[in-house]
Amino acid sequence: MSGAPRSTHQQVRAGLKRRHAAERRFRAMGIGAVLLALLALAGLFASVITQGYGAFVQTRITLNLYLDPEVLDPSGMRDPEELRRANTNAVIRESLRQRFPDITGRSDLRKLYALVSTGATFELADHLVTHPDWIGRTIDIDLLAAAEIDMLHKGRISRDVPEDQRRVSDQQIAWVDALAAEGRVAFAFNTTFFTSGDSRDPESAGILGAVVGSALLLLVTLVLAFPIGAAAAVYLEEFAPKNRWTNLIEVNINNLAAVPSIVFGLLGLAVYLNFLGLPRSAPLVGGMVLALMTLPTIIIAARASLAGVPPSIRQAALGVGASPIQTVFHHVFPLALPGILTGTIIGMSRALGESAPLLMIGMVAFVVDVPTGFTDPATALPIQVYLWSDAPERAFVERTAAATVVLLGFLIAMNGLAVFLRKRFEVRW
Amino acid sequence: MQFSILLAVLVAFAGLGFLWGRARAAAVASASGRRLHSRARHHGMLVAAWTGGPGIVVLLLWAVVQARLGGAGEGMSAAAAWAGIAVPLAVAIVGLTWGVRRITPQLRARNQFETVLRNLLLLASAVAVVTTAGIVLSLLLESIRFFSLVPLHEFLFGLHWSPQIAIREDQVASSGAFGAVPVFAGTLLISLIAMLVAAPVGLLSAIWMSEYAAPNVRATVKPILEILAGVPTVVYGFFAATTLAPALRDLGSFFGLGVSSESALAAGVVMGVMIIPFVSSLSDDVFRAVPDSMRYGSMALGATKAETVQRVVLPAALPGVMGGLMLAISRAIGETMIVVMAAGLAANLTANPFAAVTTVTVQIVTLLTGDQEFDSAKTLAAFGLGLVLFFVTLALNVLALEVVRRYREAYE
Repeated sequence: MSGAPRSTHQQVRAGLKRRHAAERRFRAMGIGAVLLALLALAGLFASVITQGYGAFVQTRITLNLYLDPEVLDPSGMRDPEELRRANTNAVIRESLRQRFPDITGRSDLRKLYALVSTGATFELADHLVTHPDWIGRTIDIDLLAAAEIDMLHKGRISRDVPEDQRRVSDQQIAWVDALAAEGRVAFAFNTTFFTSGDSRDPESAGILGAVVGSALLLLVTLVLAFPIGAAAAVYLEEFAPKNRWTNLIEVNINNLAAVPSIVFGLLGLAVYLNFLGLPRSAPLVGGMVLALMTLPTIIIAARASLAGVPPSIRQAALGVGASPIQTVFHHVFPLALPGILTGTIIGMSRALGESAPLLMIGMVAFVVDVPTGFTDPATALPIQVYLWSDAPERAFVERTAAATVVLLGFLIAMNGLAVFLRKRFEVRW
Repeated sequence: MQFSILLAVLVAFAGLGFLWGRARAAAVASASGRRLHSRARHHGMLVAAWTGGPGIVVLLLWAVVQARLGGAGEGMSAAAAWAGIAVPLAVAIVGLTWGVRRITPQLRARNQFETVLRNLLLLASAVAVVTTAGIVLSLLLESIRFFSLVPLHEFLFGLHWSPQIAIREDQVASSGAFGAVPVFAGTLLISLIAMLVAAPVGLLSAIWMSEYAAPNVRATVKPILEILAGVPTVVYGFFAATTLAPALRDLGSFFGLGVSSESALAAGVVMGVMIIPFVSSLSDDVFRAVPDSMRYGSMALGATKAETVQRVVLPAALPGVMGGLMLAISRAIGETMIVVMAAGLAANLTANPFAAVTTVTVQIVTLLTGDQEFDSAKTLAAFGLGLVLFFVTLALNVLALEVVRRYREAYE
C-alpha cells in the first residue's frame, strides 16, 4: 500500500460515494430500459392509431340529382335487375355540370367528374333499387367522394404544396370549397370500410373480405388444432410411458414451437398444394398450415394445465373403480379445460396475426369478393394490411393503419377473453 | 363439396351406429338374461367407432388419391366418381353390421373402445413428429432438386445473388447467380442490429424487474412488455416501412448521410423492439432462479446491489441469459414480415447499416409469390434457403434449450 496506512474503514468510506453513484446509475439504466421498451410500445400504437383513425370516417358530397327516368329506367318497368345496371353515372355527371355550368373543356370536365368516386354510381344504383319511387324526382343524395378529395378534406393533402406535386388540382380545390361553402361536403361514418371487399379504389375498399377470410381460417385452425392438441397433451401427460418415443415427441414439440413460421408455409406449399393438390389461396389450406403452427402452443399450454390438476383427483377416481380413460375424461380433463381453452385462445390470436406462411400458399391475391366457402380464394386481415401497405395511394396508407387498428382490436379482445377465462375459472388447489 | 357431404353422412352413420348398438346391447342382455360386461352405452360407442372410423379413413385416402391423380377431377370417369362415394359408404355399412352382430353380453366393449381411444390419443401426439418429418422431407427433396441444378458450394459460398437473371437468360447456374452469401450477410446484419437493440434493453429491463422492481410493479410491467411480442409482425413491418424508415432517411439527409429508404437499420431496430420481450422475460426468469443465498452472501460482504448484480447474479445466470439471447437471435433470423415490408430486395454484400440489404426470408417470399414454375431453379432456390433457415434456427434452439437446461440443473 502507498503512503500513510489507512484503515479498511477509511478505504471503504473513500469509495462509498463513487460506488453509490454507480448504484444509482445502474438503477437508472434499468428503469430507462423499461421505459424505452414501454415508449416503443406506446409509439407503435400511437403511430398506427393516429394514421388510421381518419379512415373510419369518409368524405361524402351531397349532390342535387335529377333522377331522370329517361336515363335511369328507359323501359319504365322499375325492374331491380335493370335498375342495378342503370346509367347512374350520367345522372351524377349531369348534376355536377348543372352545379358548375361554366365548365366546358373536356379535361376540366374530367377533373370535375373525378370529385366523385366511381363507387358512387353503385351506391346510387343501390338507392334506386331500394327506393324506385325516387325516380323522376329531384333529390339531394350524398355520394362517396373520390379518395383524393377525401384526403384533401381530412387535411392529409396539404394545400400549401405546389399544384404539380399533389394529386388534387387548384381547380378541384376551388370546386370542393364552393361545395363545402354550401355545406355539401361532409364526413360520415365509413360503412364501406366494414361492408365491402378489397378494391383498387381506396374509397371503395373495405375489410369485410379479409375479416371473413380470417374467420374461416381461424375456424379451420380451431377445428384441427384444438382436438389434436388437447388429445396429444392428454396422451403425453396422462398415458405416455417414459421411453425414447415419448421423449422424441416432446423434443419435437419444443422445437416445432420455435420453427420460423415461414417454414410452415414452405411445408404447406410443398405438401398441401404440390403433393395433395389442394387449391391455392383457400382458407382451408391456410387453416391447415396455421393449425400445424399453433399445435405446439396448444399442446404446451394444455400439458401445463393438465399437470396442474392434483393427483388426489386421479387417485380418488381410480379408487372408486374408474378406468384410466374414465378418470381422465370424466374428471381430469374437465378440470383442466379452462387452462386448455386459454392456451387455445392465445394460440388462435397468434394464428390471427400470422401472415408469412399464408404468403407461401398464395393467399396474397387481390380478392374483391367476400369468400363464402373454405375453398374460395381469400385473404386474411394481416395479409390485407400487407397488400394495402404496398399501394402507392395516400388514402391506402390511412386504410392500412385502420385495418391494423381493427386487427389489434380483435387481438386485444381475444387476449382479454383469455385473461378473463383464466381469472374466472382458475382453481387454486 | 362432395367430400364434406360424405363426411357428414359418415358422421351421421356413426351416430346411428351408436343408437343401434346401444339398443341391440340392451336387447341382447334382456334376451339372454345375463348381465352385460360393459354398459349398453359403451357397446354403442364401439359400434360407432367401427362404423365411422374405417369409413372416414377410406374417404380421406380416396380424397388424397383423387387430388393427386385428377386435379379438379375432370379427367375422371363417372365410375371412379361413383366409386368415391360408394366405397366409403359400403365400408361404413359393413363396419356397422359387423359391429352390431358381434355384440354379446360377454363382449368387453368398454375395454375395446378405450383401446381405440388411447390409440387415437397416441396418433394425435404423433402429429408433431409427422410435421417435423414433413418439414425436413419437403425441404430436403426440393433442395436436392435445386442442388442438382446449382452446385452446393456455389450456393453456400457464391458472392453473387440474382435469381431473376437466370430465368430470363434460360441458362441456369452458369452465371453463378445463386451465390447466397450476400443474402446470409444481410440476414446477419439485420439480426445484429436487432440484437444491439434487444439485448441491452431486454437485459437491463430484466435486471430491473427481477432485482429492483416491487413485486406488484413487476407483475404489471412484465405482461405489458410481453404485448410487444404479441403484436402481429405485419404491424411492425407497417410501422418500419411508413414511419421509421422515412424518418431515418430524413434524419440521414439532415446529417448528410445517404440512408436508403429500405435501410437495414430501420428493419433491424423495429425487429429489435419486437424481440425485447424474448430477452427480457427469459432473462427475468433466469435471474429469479439464482438462489437468494448468493445475493445475501454478496451483500453481507458489503457489496451494493449493483455490484451484487454485476459480479454475482449476472455471472451465475450467464448460461441462461446466453440461452435466451440465442432464442432471440433465432427469432430474428426467421422473422419474415418486418423485413419483407421494410428491407430491400437487392442482395448487397455490405456491412453498412444505412444501405438496403436483403434477407433469407425476404428472398423466400419474393421467389415464391407470384407465378411459380416448379422446375425452375428460381423457385427451388427458395427451398434451399428454407432448408438453411430451418437448420440454423433449429441448431440455435436446440443449443439454447440445452444450455438453459444444464443451467437449471446446476441450481436445482
